[in-house]
Amino acid sequence: MRRIPANEQVRVSVEVNGRVVTGQAESRTLLSDFLRHELGLTGTHVGCEHGVCGACTIRIDGDIARSCLKLAVQVEGASIETIEGLAPAPDSLSVLQQAFVEHHGLQCGFCTPGILISLDTLLRNEPNADEMRIREVLSGHLCRCTGYTPIVKAALAARDRLKELD
Amino acid sequence: MNSDTLNSDSPRIEDGPLVTGRGRFMDDLPVSVRTAQMAVFRSSVAHARIARLNVDEARLLPGVLAVITSREVMAHTAPLAVGIRVPVECWPVAVDRVRYVGEPVAVVVAESRYIAEDAVDLIEVDYEPYEPVMSIDHALKADAAILHDKLGSNLCSDRSFCYGEPDAAFEQSDHTVSVDVLYPRNSCTPIETYGIVADYDAHTNTYEALTNFQGPFSIHTVVARALKVAGTQLRLKTPPDSGGSFGVKQAQFPYVVLACVAARVAGVPVKWIEDRVEHLTASVSATSRQTTLRAAVSSEGRVLALDWSQVEDVGAFIRAPEPATLYRMMGNMCGAYDIQNLRIRNRIVMTNRTPTGLNRGFGGPQVYYALERLMQRIAVELKLDPVDVIRTNLIRSEQFPYRTASGGLYDSGDYQLSVDEALRQGGFGELVTRRNAARREGKRYGIGTTACVEPSVSNMGYITAVLTPEERAKAGPKNGAISTATVSVDPSGSVAVHVASVPQGQGHRTVLANVVGDELGLDAAEITVVTELDTTRDGWSIASGNYSSRFAAAVCGAASIAADRLRLRLTEVAASQLNVRVDEVRLIKGAFSCADDATRAISFKRVASTGHWAPGTITGDGPPPLRETVFWTPPELAAPDADDRVNSSLCHGFIFDFCGVEVDVDTGQVTIDKYVTMHDCGRVLHQGMVDGQITGGFAHAVGAAIYEELAYAQDGSFVAGTFADYPVPTSMEIPDPVILHTCTPSPFTPLGAKGVGEGNTMSTPVCLANAVADALDVDDVQLPLSPTNILKMMNVAEPETSTPAASPGAFASRPIHGGGSVTVNATPLKIWLMLLDPQTLREIVPGCHSVDRVSGTDFVAHVRFGVGPVSGDYKVEIGLFDLDEPHSASLVGNATGALGNGSGEGRIELKPVDKTQTEIVWEYGAHAGGRVASVGSRLLNGATRIVMNRFFEALGRQAQDEGSPSGAEPGSDNEPETGLIGRALDRLLKRGDS
Ligand code: FES
Ligand code: FES
Repeated sequence: MRRIPANEQVRVSVEVNGRVVTGQAESRTLLSDFLRHELGLTGTHVGCEHGVCGACTIRIDGDIARSCLKLAVQVEGASIETIEGLAPAPDSLSVLQQAFVEHHGLQCGFCTPGILISLDTLLRNEPNADEMRIREVLSGHLCRCTGYTPIVKAALAARDRLKELD
Repeated sequence: MNSDTLNSDSPRIEDGPLVTGRGRFMDDLPVSVRTAQMAVFRSSVAHARIARLNVDEARLLPGVLAVITSREVMAHTAPLAVGIRVPVECWPVAVDRVRYVGEPVAVVVAESRYIAEDAVDLIEVDYEPYEPVMSIDHALKADAAILHDKLGSNLCSDRSFCYGEPDAAFEQSDHTVSVDVLYPRNSCTPIETYGIVADYDAHTNTYEALTNFQGPFSIHTVVARALKVAGTQLRLKTPPDSGGSFGVKQAQFPYVVLACVAARVAGVPVKWIEDRVEHLTASVSATSRQTTLRAAVSSEGRVLALDWSQVEDVGAFIRAPEPATLYRMMGNMCGAYDIQNLRIRNRIVMTNRTPTGLNRGFGGPQVYYALERLMQRIAVELKLDPVDVIRTNLIRSEQFPYRTASGGLYDSGDYQLSVDEALRQGGFGELVTRRNAARREGKRYGIGTTACVEPSVSNMGYITAVLTPEERAKAGPKNGAISTATVSVDPSGSVAVHVASVPQGQGHRTVLANVVGDELGLDAAEITVVTELDTTRDGWSIASGNYSSRFAAAVCGAASIAADRLRLRLTEVAASQLNVRVDEVRLIKGAFSCADDATRAISFKRVASTGHWAPGTITGDGPPPLRETVFWTPPELAAPDADDRVNSSLCHGFIFDFCGVEVDVDTGQVTIDKYVTMHDCGRVLHQGMVDGQITGGFAHAVGAAIYEELAYAQDGSFVAGTFADYPVPTSMEIPDPVILHTCTPSPFTPLGAKGVGEGNTMSTPVCLANAVADALDVDDVQLPLSPTNILKMMNVAEPETSTPAASPGAFASRPIHGGGSVTVNATPLKIWLMLLDPQTLREIVPGCHSVDRVSGTDFVAHVRFGVGPVSGDYKVEIGLFDLDEPHSASLVGNATGALGNGSGEGRIELKPVDKTQTEIVWEYGAHAGGRVASVGSRLLNGATRIVMNRFFEALGRQAQDEGSPSGAEPGSDNEPETGLIGRALDRLLKRGDS
């Protein structure tokens, strides 16, 4: 394991949404801070910095992770996907994103990026996920605006639409 | 007005950026490269004199630009003003004394947030503790410690009100029924925390603050006064997006003052983003309230009079806009019922808890909890059907507009119809069958019902009801609720709308585009809506902001009036261009045309741009039609009258809820089986948005009713500082409510709409409590309906929850305790000497920087210790006693640090196993306070155990010169922590002492 002295800035190279990018980080810099303030990817939000709210959820090498519980230096060489990478093009939305819009799956939108990453991963891995399974995955996220009902609806609609398209 | 267009469920304009990670929230916005970061050093104790505050080391840390204490704050500010006259000074930092855990004591400005937090850890403070006052009962005791000496007690207001003839009614009534209830503290905790960027210009003595503040903008004057500048010298701006608020972000104004002073002292723009532990500990809380409510009741269940006695806990300071929580419901203290005899006594006390402020529901949850528990008790005591008791007392449809005993003016409603429809469409009969069946199976199943009036659009004058009529006369009248909207056309003829509303997720832009598009015959997509506010540039007033569910009723109303005025002026222009009379012009689908010849038409854009390109062609009075700004206030919102009658809100929606819950008698778990909520919120402007407000408010209410409490330990420590300790419900806990609607449009608002954002936070907690009371057949119900409280209500002792391997020893009663043993290859004497050697201790105590021996048996150590998000430096003083060299010793310790304090005691025994091996046996008990306590003793227990294990393992290793201890004894709790929690703790601890 690479040893990094405290307070020393090191270069971290990582693939983010398909592009290799490089930034500076201290050994203690949180990955969430690195993404937001060093790489300018402010779509990943921070709601608690202690691993409970799920707003900071991203994908690292295909698995979902809380970016507030990881250090930037831990992802050197990894492949990361953030909310900024979910839409197929700048002027269009993914099926899941579109379903969130249609079913009012968001209000303030602060919890939304993390939720979209988790549900996108779920529907990718388990295209037949039922409502209970969706609620289970969603329970890794806190939303204070919606009461979850419209989010579950959106996820179910997206699941059905994705199956149709398949 | 075309009602079909408006009652639409169109997708939101807001959503595109938000679902693609391109929102523009407070912490996403670019700042000047000069901007520095602020961190706050907070009190770890509830009540104490600050004997010594040392910030020298923090100031010297490289990268620190300024450390600001009460001295600098007092030099540049005045105390924060509040609506009642009491000798209580509220500053944004503690002055000489701390009064709640989390109270700011100093702030650091540094180049980065990491450095600012490092510097906070270097601040040292000595406290002389006072007795903490942690409950309403305690605050009222004659011998309780007094928070604010000049006040002479903890009671800062005591007013009584009498309407009608309550005494006569109580005398004549058949029955008196009463309830005694305590509403606990909770908070709506938006997922985005507070954030501010502040700057100061010394040349013009002007402050500028960008903040996700939510209003009411009456607070702007409080901040400007505190900063000792004219209103125009405080430019307050809001970001385009805000991550929820629910009232809570109102309370960041003390931090706005603090950040402004920090920017002034440091000479650079200063940014602060609150963290979650800070938010839970010290942002703001809803009030806790102790209520005794009595009713004079006839045998048929008709309530003839109510007698309220409310005691409100506003926390350590009464802070603006308090005492508004207590007075917001003044006009609707009889709820949905026709009761004309009313007595109210309102008292306000201060306790050593976080100050209170706006929180969704704002006074409604507290009032309806008492009122609707009372209605349920009336039914039980008089052996009547709860629904019948509600029905018997409801205001009848022909009574509207209805003047309440205390001066409220209910705009419209058909309460009977709403109840009937709810019972019918919601399947009440089936629910009763279900309950009966469940009960036959031996289950504890109950049904709850509730009727509420949901007030919205607050009268800015209601709070003055806390003053006597004489005091009010002196202070001058306060009333109204001005809302502000501007509709304008640009040179290309396209339309923009601006409102002073500051949404936090309510889809204001979408609804306004619909409202204005409808007025102007345009597609909503053609209207651009701007909702961020800049107090120097935009139209606003004190009632501006997003609270009291005022958007649909008041703000949309103002926008529709502005659009209507612009339409009339543009129609005049079109008439002259078409050469017809004004009444012959129609505005449909983007074009003005002649009523009798649709082919003679001219596009909206062309007419709208005329004022820019050819103002000289426009005839008639006044400026060209380019922009209309409307300041609308309803005449119904008058100041309180000489008899203390006040119409506290403009609109009054109606809610009737019922639910079925099952209580698991073994675990105390409450499960919501079915929840039906009926709303009459007048005209619905956007179905999706209205239903979203209902599901959202419902979820908040379920959290408040069953799971959440901003809890304190007896010693004043705050114990709910993380989302693990303040358990906000997830998708697994929140069921889908059945939402139903009836509609009686409000005659008092331009569009007939009423507020809907807060109703369920008022109706749902008590509806669930009534169901639990029914299920358990108990008289008193205490919120939250947590397993602990449920088992208490059932008089069942709570089963011992798993504190793994709790030591049975002498310290088991301490909140943090444990023990263990390890066998090492060394003699007792060798170990004994090591334990008394500062150098050895420095090497083996996890996170230790230094150990000094101050006397033969006293040591002082500096140690870094952390759990999860909370880590910091502590000064630990340890004293040894009962020394029996080299066999055993007892010790006591005290730790103090930026993040909390702790005390503990322990005992060590060294037992020779054979010539070369010694078994070290230890046992300890401890207690923690301050920020560290707020992360929960669950975590602390495990964390302490790990630290202890590491210490003794290291000792063993050291004793045998880097050898390894011969192993842990089975049965002791120093087995390696396994499983997820153990690993997580280990990780967290490592972060703490890195
Ligand atoms: S910010 Fe990472 S889980 Fe809350
Ligand atoms: S939409 Fe606001 S927190 Fe989820």
